[in-house]
Amino acid sequence: MERVPVLKIGDILLVSIQIDMEDQVALQLQEDLAERIVASGCHGVIIDISALDIVDSFVGRTLATIASISRVLDAETVVVGMRPAVAITLVELGLSLPGIRTALNVELGMELLARERAEDDEDRDDDADEPAVTTP
Amino acid sequence: MTAGGAAERIAVTSDQDVVRVRQLVRTVAVAVKLSLVDQTKLVTAASELARNTLVYGGGGTVEVTRVENGRRAGIQIVFADQGPGIPDLDLALTDGYTTGGGLGLGLSGARRLVDEFAIDTAVGKGTTISVTKWCR
Repeated sequence: MERVPVLKIGDILLVSIQIDMEDQVALQLQEDLAERIVASGCHGVIIDISALDIVDSFVGRTLATIASISRVLDAETVVVGMRPAVAITLVELGLSLPGIRTALNVELGMELLARERAEDDEDRDDDADEPAVTTP
Repeated sequence: MTAGGAAERIAVTSDQDVVRVRQLVRTVAVAVKLSLVDQTKLVTAASELARNTLVYGGGGTVEVTRVENGRRAGIQIVFADQGPGIPDLDLALTDGYTTGGGLGLGLSGARRLVDEFAIDTAVGKGTTISVTKWCR
């Protein structure tokens, strides 16, 4: 069975799907990514689907599941590179991929993740500045 | 409607065969000059229905035929299995209804993606679904 490679670039895991995946390959990717997120401590995942000429409900569901698993493991997922015809078809199929962040390409996806991470850190700093208990 | 070429048939008994169905439908869709969006819709519908044949029908066959109706060229795809059949067709065609743990978009979604959709099912005997997409 073929396997989709997962690359680590800085704080981000990059997955570029270049093959017409069998269902088992998609499920394997889900497992591989979860393991890599934990092993690497990465906080962002980018899945590039620009080479996919279709996304059916199975692949769509797998992407949504990957995003949910990542979030539980403290990583954000961004799906990038969806072709226009794929977007039109997905919506008509009835799959709008709720809960999935998207960007038009890898570069914009990386910017999105960096921005979100910075905002998260800011929130955390704000929390730290506030005293835990306010006394009158 | 007349058949405009020899039918090509694929036996669907594994995940790999679903990939082969997608590839065959894509090749024929390009050959009859469907638009890119219509190719994408038809291949996506074929992927959903071939997976249903495998998962719910226990395997079966997919037959792809070039057709003509005098003015326009098109593609007809017939998915046939000898599985358990569908007891409640209206329910099975409802968005979100599933017995297989999927999203419940396969049948209803595929119907939206094609021009003609016919289903013939008998409990205990099997299911045959025929879809057609015409060039615009």
